[in-house]
Amino acid sequence: MLQRQFTLRGCDLNQTSLDPQPSLLQEGLSTAESGLSFLGGLSLFALETVRESVRRPFEGGEIIRQLAEIGWRSAPLILLSGLAVGGVLSMHTRSTLERFGAESMIPTALAFALVMETGPLVTGLLVAGRVGAGIGAALGGMRVTEQIDALESLAVNSLHYLAVTRIIACVIALPLLTVLMNFSGLLGSYLAESSIAATPFTHYFETAFSSMAFSDYVPPTLKTLVFGFIIGTTSSYLGYNATGGAEGVGRASTQSVVLSSVLLIVVNVILVRLIAFLFPVGGA
Amino acid sequence: MTTEAGALQFASVSKAFGSRAVLKNVSFSVATGTAFVLLGRSGTGKSVTLKLLCGLLKADSGVIRVNGEDITKFDSNQLSSIRMHMGFLFQSAALFDSLSVGENVAFPLRRHSKKSDEEIRHQATSLLERVGLGKEYDSMPANLSGGMQKRAGLARALAVEPSILLVDEPSAGLDPITSNEIDQLLVDIKTDQHTTLVVVTHNMQSARRLADQMAFLDQGELLAQGTVEELERSEEPLVRDFMSSQQAG
Ligand SMILES: Nc1ncnc2c1ncn2[C@@H]1O[C@H](COP(=O)(O)OP(=O)(O)OP(=O)(O)O)[C@@H](O)[C@H]1O
Ligand SMILES: [Mg+2]
Repeated sequence: MLQRQFTLRGCDLNQTSLDPQPSLLQEGLSTAESGLSFLGGLSLFALETVRESVRRPFEGGEIIRQLAEIGWRSAPLILLSGLAVGGVLSMHTRSTLERFGAESMIPTALAFALVMETGPLVTGLLVAGRVGAGIGAALGGMRVTEQIDALESLAVNSLHYLAVTRIIACVIALPLLTVLMNFSGLLGSYLAESSIAATPFTHYFETAFSSMAFSDYVPPTLKTLVFGFIIGTTSSYLGYNATGGAEGVGRASTQSVVLSSVLLIVVNVILVRLIAFLFPVGGA
Repeated sequence: MTTEAGALQFASVSKAFGSRAVLKNVSFSVATGTAFVLLGRSGTGKSVTLKLLCGLLKADSGVIRVNGEDITKFDSNQLSSIRMHMGFLFQSAALFDSLSVGENVAFPLRRHSKKSDEEIRHQATSLLERVGLGKEYDSMPANLSGGMQKRAGLARALAVEPSILLVDEPSAGLDPITSNEIDQLLVDIKTDQHTTLVVVTHNMQSARRLADQMAFLDQGELLAQGTVEELERSEEPLVRDFMSSQQAG
């Protein structure tokens, strides 16, 4: 037994005892490599769309069409989710603040929680799900059925017409949807609160925003411009470069949701730090 | 630079996808106002050749001239301006599935002309009538048969009155009568508007009817090239088989 092991080790040093480690390492390296090449490709694509966005024609009609699809059609989803998120948040906040006898702080605490982080992030993730999948599938489908080539053959810049318009629509829609999320969240919390303690609606909202300054409200809302850009470019990039028929379209759609959500969460950490640095009072 | 060669010129063009060499040193030229028919077995690179001709694919080496200008060095703006004068019928038709059939045909007009909505609709309708789809303006592409989609694609390619028209298997999926009508339409366009045609087809009957010049592509090279009569006298067994086997249809 012992001897066999010894000879095995002696002969097949690479294939037996040491085998798992290099392969794991290799796997890790190739994952890292494909991750890096994805980020590299995405960055180049993003740069290209930015450069393209200032070129004529501006495709105003198409941007409005995409705004309707991306922004307006997402509104019901955001509204409903906002109500639910606000309701749940208020229940948690109440149970926490009651312990300190600080129920009167509930609207203020809620408004801060919603506006500073929950509203922007939940909006970003919901839009990444709905819109990311849609853009990935729409552009992927157009790619594999040669419709993107057809656009090019008709002397239309397909990158501008398809990707830039959608990215601009995402960038415009996200802050607006975030404002909607914040308000419906506050409304949801008011509804949950009013079932426990009757407060007039206007009083509730006034208390909520009484101690909130401009610099508390605006930076977290404007950071969703970046979320919109991430969702738009990631899903456009994956759809625009889809290959491999219907299966490839499905892959582009799924990856659009997954990768734009992950990127959004990671970039959010940086943005939160940045806002805290630039607006020390509000961010601290 | 010898530009009088014609509207289109391929000079020693090679194209590979990964390790698969599709075109190897292919050269041909098409004189203005004539029809060039590209023959060859399935998967030999005919569609790739058409896409190279309008810059949808990039050649690995060689020169591709459109109206005397080498398009292999063009950027996307320059390609756009040359495509204003080119029409392309895709093998898959490639209609925009979010637009109605009529709006597909109207699309290039809406983008590149300053005509009123009414004029554009009128023009799109008459283009659809020319390919026998006059009643289908408001249908969605997904609800058309393959042959109908193909004809709608042709109407869209004709919308800008291109001086160069590239068509990939115009009669695939069409019955003999409709196929004849489409051939006649292409001949009319060539004679009336002096349009340069490049046609990929498997249908020998329409190839004979359309072609001023023919070329036979096999394994990445042009096996034979010349007039119909010249190809019929070809020494290459494959070309002779191809020319005679489908004589009837
Ligand atoms: N985008 C692409 N990526 C990789 N390979 C491709 C691509 N386009 C074409 N090919 C390959 O190039 C070769 C020629 O394709 P092409 O479509 O030009 O054939 P074809 O002559 O038009 O055939 P058919 O008569 O069946 O339409 C094929 O082997 C195909 O697999
Ligand atoms: Mg083909």
